[in-house]
Amino acid sequence: MVEFNILGIGILSWMIFLPVLGMLVIIFIPKAYENSIKYFSLIFTFLLIVLSVVLLLNYNSSMPGVNMPDSFQFREKVSWIDVPIPAVVGEGKIHIDYFLGLDGISLPMIILTALISFVGSIASFSIKRNEKGYYVLYLFLVTGMMGVFCSLDLFLFFVFWEIMLLPMYFLIGIWGGERREYAAIKFFLYTLFGSVFILIAMIALYFSSKDPATGLHTFNMITLMNPAAIIPGSILGGIGTSFRYLAFVALFIGFAIKVPMFPFHTWLPDAHVEAPTAISVILAGVLLKMGSYGIMRVSYPIFPDGAVYFMYPLAILACINIIYGALCAMAQKDFKKLIAYSSISHMGYVMLGIASNTNVGFNGAIFQMFNHGTITAVLFLSVGVIYDRAHTRGLNDFGGLANKMPKYFAVIIVAFFASIGLPGLSAFISESFVFLGGFKNETIRIITIVSTLGIILNAAYILWTIQRLFFGKLPEKWNQLTDINGRELWSTVPLLVIIVVLGIFPSLFINLMTSSVNQLVNFIWHLN
Amino acid sequence: MQLKQTLDSLNNFLPETTIIITLLVCIIADIILNKKSPITSLIAIAGLLIASYFVSLQIGIKTSIFSGMIVVDPYSVFFKFLFILSTIFVIIFAYASKEMKNSGHKNEHVYLMLSLTLGAFLMSSSINFLMMYLSLELVSLSSYILAGYTKKVKRSSEAAMKYVIYGAASSGIMIYAMSLLYGFTGSMNIFEIGRFLTSNSAGSNPIMIISIVMITAGFGYKISSVPFHFWTPDVYEGSPIPITAFLAVTSSASGFAVLIRFFSTTFLKSYEAINGNWQIIDGVKWTEILIVISVASMIIGNFVAIWQTSLKRLLAYSSIAQTGYILLGLVVANQAGLQAMFVYLIAYLFMNLGAFYATIMISNKLNSDNMEDMKGLGYRSPFVCVSMTIFMFALSGIPATAGFVGKFYLFSALIEQRMLWLALIGLLNSVVSLFFYVKVVKYMFLMRPDTGSTSKIQYGFGNYVVLLLLAVPTIFFGIYFTPLLRIAEASISMFGIK
Repeated sequence: MVEFNILGIGILSWMIFLPVLGMLVIIFIPKAYENSIKYFSLIFTFLLIVLSVVLLLNYNSSMPGVNMPDSFQFREKVSWIDVPIPAVVGEGKIHIDYFLGLDGISLPMIILTALISFVGSIASFSIKRNEKGYYVLYLFLVTGMMGVFCSLDLFLFFVFWEIMLLPMYFLIGIWGGERREYAAIKFFLYTLFGSVFILIAMIALYFSSKDPATGLHTFNMITLMNPAAIIPGSILGGIGTSFRYLAFVALFIGFAIKVPMFPFHTWLPDAHVEAPTAISVILAGVLLKMGSYGIMRVSYPIFPDGAVYFMYPLAILACINIIYGALCAMAQKDFKKLIAYSSISHMGYVMLGIASNTNVGFNGAIFQMFNHGTITAVLFLSVGVIYDRAHTRGLNDFGGLANKMPKYFAVIIVAFFASIGLPGLSAFISESFVFLGGFKNETIRIITIVSTLGIILNAAYILWTIQRLFFGKLPEKWNQLTDINGRELWSTVPLLVIIVVLGIFPSLFINLMTSSVNQLVNFIWHLN
Repeated sequence: MQLKQTLDSLNNFLPETTIIITLLVCIIADIILNKKSPITSLIAIAGLLIASYFVSLQIGIKTSIFSGMIVVDPYSVFFKFLFILSTIFVIIFAYASKEMKNSGHKNEHVYLMLSLTLGAFLMSSSINFLMMYLSLELVSLSSYILAGYTKKVKRSSEAAMKYVIYGAASSGIMIYAMSLLYGFTGSMNIFEIGRFLTSNSAGSNPIMIISIVMITAGFGYKISSVPFHFWTPDVYEGSPIPITAFLAVTSSASGFAVLIRFFSTTFLKSYEAINGNWQIIDGVKWTEILIVISVASMIIGNFVAIWQTSLKRLLAYSSIAQTGYILLGLVVANQAGLQAMFVYLIAYLFMNLGAFYATIMISNKLNSDNMEDMKGLGYRSPFVCVSMTIFMFALSGIPATAGFVGKFYLFSALIEQRMLWLALIGLLNSVVSLFFYVKVVKYMFLMRPDTGSTSKIQYGFGNYVVLLLLAVPTIFFGIYFTPLLRIAEASISMFGIK
């Protein structure tokens, strides 16, 4: 469906700005009713899920999108800024659109965002201090994330990309753990540092482009993908020029910090460990995907020459991520930090899939983004469960929890096995697709083979963690621990269901994106 | 003939005349009325509003008056509106400030501010060295007195003294350079100087580079750019905060007004911008000089600001850094850069005045502007602190604020001219600046208040209104910046340039 309006407003705008509506509602809730704030947040995030189901039902998976403006679905395009600038002959106009649309690459991310936001909302119930501020910022964060995944105008994309930092800074900085101030500012500065490079590349693209239809410079991503829209002789003109490679690298640095890729990953363990549970869930579940999404949405189709040129270094970085992340995870004594490093490792799979430049690899990468989102969300929620009860996350402080907390054990074991990539669970499919893709590409075949080492390391630290937490003798002091409660089950079980169902019927998901992925791969190789 | 010309000129001099009359009325009113009366301030604001009406009549006019001393053009009209707006705000600030109330003065600050505004008006429109110098001195003299306004406070007197000494030295250097140029070219009029340099191809004469550097000292001191910035932190810290805000916005904008006009018109080859690019006379190297100054201002301003604990000093160094950013728009030497500067100046007006006003409100209650005392303030006066947060993020250039739009256009102009390195330096600087702007936010929200100071702080309704008047445009222009661009676009036309 090309357009879909509710009350005259496009459905994607609803998805982006519904949380803002929620913010306003929460801000104006009178003091006497402040206890109900969390339910409002729950309602508004649930509405996002409803909307994303509507999207799914109306989505036509045969329309590829990517670089074809007419096959994007649920499009909305409104002129935002439109001003003539003086004296610059011919292109004397500044034009920015409010331009939204969905294709097979962004749809999975939208669904993931809605899902994780809702789960995070449930997990936020344990926040007791200053709830009003917390939920206002939380919903603002959701707006930023939705905006990034829906935008098709680079300027709009950038604005959402940046404003999402503000709520994140406060959410980590106010409601976080002991070293929250340090973690918050580190996260903020790292990402802003990356944004600088995105901004430069973005402005350079603007001045190198000329929309064939209007004759103006443009921020429209889809137009920028069209080689005919790049002015020959401009900064980023031509194919495979050094400035184009530089711009690709600039964009990559900006996105890689978010993924996070080695060597830009050091903000992640700090941010994860200090953030409250719900925010860790959002961070791992959605935020990291913004980086890899940015690479697939912006870097690759706009600079297909760079995508192929940098295939090898990208694969090496991905390989380092996989193995280094797994080794670091193995060395951790803190449960949350372990999951944080395992995220680095798993995002390495995503990057390997992206670096492979093959249909299978891309499918695997997007599917892995989604799976990592759901699995890591369950894992962080599980860390929250144990931390809320025991007020420690030290892996060596526990043992024998399997008998004490059987339901908890059941939940976490599914997530752990999914994380290892056990057949029958969703991550198995995505990881094998990634490796298939990597193997298919001769340039990076060797690196792919090396990367498979990650699977073993991954299994090693997960199994070791299970052993340390759940087997052996239960220390005396944990005799009072209670099993996972209803609310916590509500936040984890739906995700587990998704993990299992997608493990058995991956085609449900993969069919959504196949045509877009094919289009992207063809487009990249067509131009090289 | 002469008389008729003067009378015609007076017609185009109505805004300035209005301010002079308002100034006189204020003095008389202040003599008659008792000390605490807000009426003087109200008269001043009314006078400024009338002046703004007369300025609005000048929209679209492009002419020179008083035999080529000053001009009326869209460029000066833009700055006049800017000065009026910021002066009105600052008069309100002064009324709200406890520091000013306790100074033991009547309302002298009001007419000193008016005289400074008058000087700023003239600075933005002068095209003659003599007029430039005189108006700059009018601004300076008014600001010396304002800086020492709370004369019983030792710091304030010290600040004023330092200010006078630096000011005297730099304007002395400047007028020497002007006399050099006059001796060299035989004219005080910037257009005639340009014509002389073009026809004699004298642009690369060493005397040019010497006098440009020395003139930059005079203007650079007004806009507080490195290396002429040494007075700024002390004066900003020593003066009462409303005065600081006034110096940081009106006085430095007036410096920009004269600086931009001087550089962009004097050294033009053909008085015509080709494709928007200015044709600079061969051999005149003013852009290189300004690049050095701009980069130095950004780096020193931002890095020194990191170590500050006093909010006022922090804002002082941030102003130095902001000066560096604004100058970036001039070094690209084209119309797009000029437009970007204008966008930035409007944004700067709102966000900087806002930051200062929030500081006034905070220090009114805490009797301190030290950030250590602001721990957990966000929970005690959420409204003020949220606004402060908005201004801080705007100053650091986070999207959806006017500050981002300003920076975006500045860096766009640079990148379009392929000055990628300069853009990168500027942008990395804004990452550094985020660190100390966020520090303010950190003290307000991330840190828990010390025990014993957790009670809510109440402010009058009027305070919130003024804060909103500054915070709302900061956000609004960040989201919908068409008006900013249109204003900037309409204002870049200068007298004498096609």
